[in-house]
Amino acid sequence: MTRIKLTVDGMAVSDDVEPRTLLVHYLREQLGKTGTVVGCDTSNCGACTVHLDGQSVKSCNVLAVQADGGEITTIEGLADTVPDRADGQLHPVQEAFRECHGLQCGYCTPGMIMASVDLLNRNPHPTEQEIREGLEGNLCRCTGYHNIVRAVQYAAEGEQP
Amino acid sequence: MIPAAFDYVAPTTLEEALAALGEHGDDAKLLAGGQSLLPVMRMRLNAPEWVIDLGRIESLRGIREEGDELVIGAMTPHAVVGEDPLVAQHARLLTDAEAEVADAQIRHRGTIGGALVHADPAGDLGAPARALDARFVIAGAGGTRTVAADEFFLDLFETAVGEDEILTEIRVPKRTGWRTHYEKFVRVKHQWSIVAVAVAVRLEGDTVAEARVGLTNMGNTPLRARGVEEALTGRPATEESVAAAAARASEGTAPPSDLNGDAAYRSHLAQVLTRRALMTAISGGTA
Ligand SMILES: Cc1cc2nc3c(=O)[nH]c(=O)nc-3n(C[C@H](O)[C@H](O)[C@H](O)COP(=O)(O)OP(=O)(O)OC[C@H]3O[C@@H](n4cnc5c(N)ncnc54)[C@H](O)[C@@H]3O)c2cc1C
Ligand code: FES
Ligand code: FES
Repeated sequence: MTRIKLTVDGMAVSDDVEPRTLLVHYLREQLGKTGTVVGCDTSNCGACTVHLDGQSVKSCNVLAVQADGGEITTIEGLADTVPDRADGQLHPVQEAFRECHGLQCGYCTPGMIMASVDLLNRNPHPTEQEIREGLEGNLCRCTGYHNIVRAVQYAAEGEQP
Repeated sequence: MIPAAFDYVAPTTLEEALAALGEHGDDAKLLAGGQSLLPVMRMRLNAPEWVIDLGRIESLRGIREEGDELVIGAMTPHAVVGEDPLVAQHARLLTDAEAEVADAQIRHRGTIGGALVHADPAGDLGAPARALDARFVIAGAGGTRTVAADEFFLDLFETAVGEDEILTEIRVPKRTGWRTHYEKFVRVKHQWSIVAVAVAVRLEGDTVAEARVGLTNMGNTPLRARGVEEALTGRPATEESVAAAAARASEGTAPPSDLNGDAAYRSHLAQVLTRRALMTAISGGTA
């Protein structure tokens, strides 16, 4: 067992973990943050995407011990990162996915949203091509991506001055 | 899937890491970004007893200039190399290739050194490293040594880095003002190259003064397309001479046959992609 200390969705946590524990399993099974899901066994699908120190990562491909000392945001804490947030208010990208119906079964959605937030952080006004390429690490088996791309465009427009 | 159990150490200096490697030897694996090693361990294709994490060694990260070379720390993540202004200015071919590695999430974690030591023949950084004549600094118990790109890649997943050694730096000779392009052919955007071609050319007026061409996934290791380089050097930078030179792209290669395509298909692809890559580079490159 190795002791790790990190911040997850704004909360300081400290736990003993087996070194082989994947970050996604630590989040889901030890912290109960089941909003982050596992969609594949090959690190291809992106469903498990969270932010580690402000960058999108596939949490199925990071050991919990590698995240020691880090700061993690999952889909469950994303809305809390909005400054002066009203009770029940969603993050603008969550709101955009709802508004544009950027999902069908919803399985890819937590990862899609976390990857989209990272994309917009780096490039606040992406072209359609940049959105499609920026989300290349996230697979959706339902939507054909069309409404997902629209949702990211919608969120980007909303953030324009 | 979850890896088999292992013991974990995260040294903060290179010396500690080398000592841990010396102590646990054959039973240990170095962990860089984990983007290739963790999938392999999760599939239980590899089950080391010890994992030595290089992620806490600050001295292995970062990019700096040293005379005529750029020095890139082995643990520098793909995303950092891909966005670095010094790299864009002096080794633009690496910038081009880094943009084609995997996806944003994997580029945030995976490192340039990890990708080069992993030496997957379909990996996107080997061909640019060979085309640019990068040098590899390797540390071991007895000190450090430097290996040229032509001697670094030995076979499938095998490099000059020994079991008890650590790659610390990639040193890339500056090629400022060269025109470059990395042309990658895939069916699914974030996947490994079926074939890819890395080119860097230096023009003098309308003439190709120097040309360097690397090939991805045309053999067990990344290759140099010397026939193309030879045929193009000193020739006018026109579509005609490019086409003639590109026709030699598969000379001396031994491409694999797999579900993505057989060897003959890859040989054809190499020629087409070489022509495209050279034309893109000559007409201004990726910038
Ligand atoms: C879904 C997916 C798609 C991908 N697509 C591509 C792609 O299109 N193109 C591409 O090029 N790559 C691709 N990759 C691989 C990616 O580039 C990895 O980042 C890279 O191969 C390994 O780098 P790493 O830092 O994660 O190394 P790790 O996975 O940590 O290590 C890889 C190997 O190198 C050894 N090692 C690492 N660093 C050192 C060092 N400094 N000294 C000695 N030994 C060391 C390790 O022991 C291990 O054997 C993909 C990966 C995934 C999961
Ligand atoms: S579950 Fe992590 S990438 Fe698919
Ligand atoms: S909505 Fe079903 S996988 Fe994307």
